[in-house]
Amino acid sequence: MLRISKLTKRYGGDQPVLKELDLGVSERSMVAIIGASGAGKSTLLRCINRLVEPTSGSIQLNDTELTGLRGRELRHARRRIGMIFQGFNLVDRLTVMENVLSGRLGYVNFWRALTRRFPQDDIDHAFYLMERAGIAHYANKRADELSGGERQRVGVVRALMQRPEILLADEPTASLDPKTSEQVMALLRNLSDELSLPVLINIHNVHEACEFTERIVGMRHGRIVFDGKPGELTRAAQDEIYAGAPADEREAAKEHAEGAVRAAAQ
Amino acid sequence: MSMATQSRRWRKPPFIENPWLRYALIIGAVVYFVWALSTLPFDWQRIMEGFPRAARIFGGAFPPSFARGELLIEGFLESLKIAIIATALGVSLSVMIAFMAARNMAIMPVYLLGRAIVIVARSFHPVIVAILFVKAVGFGPLAGILTLTVYSIGFVGKLLAERIEEIDWGQVEAVRAAGAGYFKVLFFAVFPQIMPRQIGLGIYQLDSNLRASAVVGIVGAGGIGSTLMNAFGRYDYDFAFAILIVIVAAILVAEGISGRIRKHLW
Ligand SMILES: Nc1ncnc2c1ncn2[C@@H]1O[C@H](COP(=O)(O)OP(=O)(O)O)[C@@H](O)[C@H]1O
Ligand SMILES: [Mg+2]
Repeated sequence: MLRISKLTKRYGGDQPVLKELDLGVSERSMVAIIGASGAGKSTLLRCINRLVEPTSGSIQLNDTELTGLRGRELRHARRRIGMIFQGFNLVDRLTVMENVLSGRLGYVNFWRALTRRFPQDDIDHAFYLMERAGIAHYANKRADELSGGERQRVGVVRALMQRPEILLADEPTASLDPKTSEQVMALLRNLSDELSLPVLINIHNVHEACEFTERIVGMRHGRIVFDGKPGELTRAAQDEIYAGAPADEREAAKEHAEGAVRAAAQ
Repeated sequence: MSMATQSRRWRKPPFIENPWLRYALIIGAVVYFVWALSTLPFDWQRIMEGFPRAARIFGGAFPPSFARGELLIEGFLESLKIAIIATALGVSLSVMIAFMAARNMAIMPVYLLGRAIVIVARSFHPVIVAILFVKAVGFGPLAGILTLTVYSIGFVGKLLAERIEEIDWGQVEAVRAAGAGYFKVLFFAVFPQIMPRQIGLGIYQLDSNLRASAVVGIVGAGGIGSTLMNAFGRYDYDFAFAILIVIVAAILVAEGISGRIRKHLW
């Protein structure tokens, strides 16, 4: 389980982006983090795997304190945390299989990584997950030849290859059209259910958050202002989460979806 | 609609707006040229004598003589060896130096050292570098190889460092988030992104070194340039002309090939 307490993050000398934030995530649950852009959702996730350095506070993953880890200890902690990115962040010029296997880079030695001689176990697991995600037939295709939805499936599989103890997803479907977006969310939920993984997912689309997760956390200006079941996310609660944001921020998800459809149609 | 059809004057605004500055610059430039031409020691007598001499040289050069063909081929092959070895050496060193000189990959002191190496390597024309190396290691191909290695580092190192600074950082973050250390990140997330540019620069540099190897040979750094210089020294203008033809032909061929290869890089 993940336990975050009094987490504060300040970029430079500005106002803190996260303000003494507390959050606990128990085993096998999918938690959606919603909030206006700039609320600090990405910063929160990136503090957990230390792509961003927390200013103060504590983050514990299954009794390992993650803040303050350095070098090898930090790399070993990162292997236990899978991350899925909004922009997919696949290595474009490598094949799908190489991208998937890069999820094992924290485990294999340098020589194996360089010569791409990964253990048979890893290759079997890779094929199993790729089958599940429907991308196994792309194994030797270059990652930049895939469509957005297929790329994000590779992103999901890469993160799962780490055999992580928790999955972080930063707006994993925000660059996808609504239909693909639903498919990727379903895949994410099915696989994490099957592996009984806790998932922390930043999401722009409130509707998707309610449909796919059992717990919603609302952030505003670096604080948690809502934490409850999708059914408890009333109009008033949403207003509180998005208050102070531009009036149309809440509609952004909808507009975004329409924009994506237009982009896909062109 | 009732705009009066009054003709309005328009002139292109002057390149330098301030008239005082404009005229000062024009007058300054004219004065400098008059002064420079009047103080440089032109000996008109000798220049007039030079015309018939030039005519004699060209007359003697025509028709070109390939009689000492083996000397020509020997010199040419030596230039080719110098160019290829210097390119291999220079490009491999450039890759390391480029990483040192890329702001996003190196810590500050290493970055400054890397920049310094690139700047020093670029600040002298290969002919000057060749003169230094000929003094240091004597006449012959070694001086040529060292010169062109420095030349390659200056060019490839700088452009590759710029490419490294432009890489998509998301791909680096994704691999890092899986727990990969510095060198695994380098080989899995950075090299795939810069590889096409690196190959392109290597091929360009080979063709460029071939050209430069003829020039630096003239100051004694081996290769066909030395052959050319000897031919001039012995007033073998017809042989010198044959050498020039071969150099031009070789450069044209090399440029054609390297251009084609670089165009077909993905
Ligand atoms: N690397 C950074 N440097 C400085 N400020 C940043 C950086 N990343 C994010 N911020 C600032 O932190 C705030 C929260 O950003 P972010 O965590 O990306 O919010 P969200 O993901 O909820 O949109 C924003 O005001 C943003 O400008
Ligand atoms: Mg964000």
